[in-house]
Amino acid sequence: MEPKILEAKSIFKSFHTPITIPVLKDINFSINRGDFVSITGKSGCGKSTLLYILSTMDTDYEGDLLIDGISMRGKKEGELAKVRNEKIGFVFQFHYLLNEFSVIKNVMLPGLKLAAMSDKEVEARAYEKLKMLGIENEALKLPNQLSGGQKQRVAIARALINDPLIIMGDEPTGNLDKKNGEIVFNVFKELAEVYHQSLLIVTHDNEFAARTHRIIEMEDGKIIN
Amino acid sequence: MNIKLLASVSKSLLLARWKQTLVAAVGVTFSITMFITLLGFMAGLNTMLDNLILNRTPHIHLYNEIEPSKNQPISRATEFKDNYNFISSIKPKNERQEIYNSSAIYEALLKDDRVLGVAPKVMAQVFYNVGSIDLTGVINGIDVEAENRLFKFSDYITSGQFIDLKNIPNSIILGKGAAEKMMANIGDVIQVTTTKGERIPLKVVGYFQSGIQEIDKVQSYASIVTTQKLLGESNNYITDLQVRLKDLAMAPMMAKEYHQLFEIEAVDIQTANSQFETGSSIRTLISYAVGITLLIVAGFGIYNILNMMIYEKMDSIAILKATGFSGKDVHKIFIAIALSIGIFGGILGLLFGFGLSAIIDQVPFNTASLPTVKTYPIDYNPKFYLIGGIFSIVTTYFAGYFPSKKASKIDPVVIIRGK
Ligand SMILES: Nc1ncnc2c1ncn2[C@@H]1O[C@H](COP(=O)(O)OP(=O)(O)OP(=O)(O)O)[C@@H](O)[C@H]1O
Ligand SMILES: [Mg+2]
Repeated sequence: MEPKILEAKSIFKSFHTPITIPVLKDINFSINRGDFVSITGKSGCGKSTLLYILSTMDTDYEGDLLIDGISMRGKKEGELAKVRNEKIGFVFQFHYLLNEFSVIKNVMLPGLKLAAMSDKEVEARAYEKLKMLGIENEALKLPNQLSGGQKQRVAIARALINDPLIIMGDEPTGNLDKKNGEIVFNVFKELAEVYHQSLLIVTHDNEFAARTHRIIEMEDGKIIN
Repeated sequence: MNIKLLASVSKSLLLARWKQTLVAAVGVTFSITMFITLLGFMAGLNTMLDNLILNRTPHIHLYNEIEPSKNQPISRATEFKDNYNFISSIKPKNERQEIYNSSAIYEALLKDDRVLGVAPKVMAQVFYNVGSIDLTGVINGIDVEAENRLFKFSDYITSGQFIDLKNIPNSIILGKGAAEKMMANIGDVIQVTTTKGERIPLKVVGYFQSGIQEIDKVQSYASIVTTQKLLGESNNYITDLQVRLKDLAMAPMMAKEYHQLFEIEAVDIQTANSQFETGSSIRTLISYAVGITLLIVAGFGIYNILNMMIYEKMDSIAILKATGFSGKDVHKIFIAIALSIGIFGGILGLLFGFGLSAIIDQVPFNTASLPTVKTYPIDYNPKFYLIGGIFSIVTTYFAGYFPSKKASKIDPVVIIRGK
């Protein structure tokens, strides 16, 4: 039995503007090391909201969240930032790269922030990740000189730089065409199967979801499956 | 490590918007330049104007005031003891101008450690005779060398040699205004009449110009010996002792001390010229106010540009936070941007300020009342540069503080959801 790396314990969340609407109701589930999990559900059912809570960026909720067995409740903003830096890799629907920095520097930034290795080693690792994703030749370009699929692979490389416990993605293929979506999916699959990387991916694409190890289906703020 | 990373992020953000940041830096440069120039110029003018008076004024002036006797006979009468007496039957006597025992006081002053030097003086009321008209005048009988050493006498001699006063017997240096009225050229002999009615010829050896016209119309200089002869007094007749101190600030205290010790009038420079100090301090205050206003305006420029930059960089800030940079890190990044603008702009401002001051320093400035000044005066006091430097950093810090705080509070969820 692989250890639990992420556990949601009866998470509730409501938005209060303009009126109080409960968005998440009693969310309970856990993810073990090496799991490749997808979250699906209708638009507006609360998938993104849940993912922001799980990634520690949103702290306004009830219930508890354990990452690596440690409760995230009551942690300070700086401590949560450290958790995100060390343990979570995030891939967004829109690529969200820093246009002021080259591709390689974008990938390196979280590693430099963690400062577990020297700058040289971080750079070497960043190259390794880019190579793994087949875009090492783009390393010195600026992000706005890349195609959408390439950008998303850079974002994945960035998410991988600190060897996170888990990679989270909010519709990472949602903005890509079929071919590029396929490439990104294959990257995830390889990460899960070859490197035993845990992944939690929100998706609309049922075909995509069907090919993951486990599907969490949501409806109206609840997990139904 | 972390600092290096944050600095490199700041640098990239800054360079990505280098035109705007340059404009902000130019604002700081401009205000620091003006601050330095304004203060240097003002302080230079202040010093010049003050010196106009201070150079010529003893720090402590000892003399004998002609006063009515405090001890009037009526106050001795016991039957009027409790009454207010206004009958003063004893009038001041004429001979009282002389300082009694002046040579002993002179010696005592010279022995005082706090005293830089003492110049004795004999004042004589005279009339300059011009044809049938008599002009009132004052001849200052001076110790020529001491006067020059302590009060820069030679600076104010526009023609002739000051030392001639000592070397040529019965010579006089006329105030420029007085000389013009008398149409006296150097080498001419003029006639003066003393208050006792004696008429004496004196040879003009130079002109004196203090910069204050009222003085130049009346005052003239001769040696002590000549003046004593003029007055028909002995060679220990001295009416004034002018003391110059090592430390100007001690003057009021020492004046009191001398007054007690020598039983003589002692006026310190601060009391005699209080209006000058007020003038200087108000001019300085105005320069600081203008300089600081300029800096605050520049601060608002930085504030605006940082706010705009933060607005543009919302996405970048959200990513930084999502990937593990804390609010504090983001705060530091933007403060670093503000401070680099401040430091860069400030250093340039100090250099330009120095340059502009140096240029103004070369601009000719000739005025009849200030014979020693040839160009605009500038004070290169390092204090101004220090204040300017510190101020540029402090204002940019505060200008950057609130936008940085705002950036550090940005919620990445809101930004990411907003896409
Ligand atoms: N800031 C907010 N204030 C109020 N309501 C919100 C806010 N953000 C989201 N909601 C609501 O919360 C619900 C869940 O939103 P969420 O973005 O999690 O849905 P989702 O499942 O990710 O949908 P999609 O598949 O379209 O991305 C929606 O009904 C939405 O209207
Ligand atoms: Mg969503």
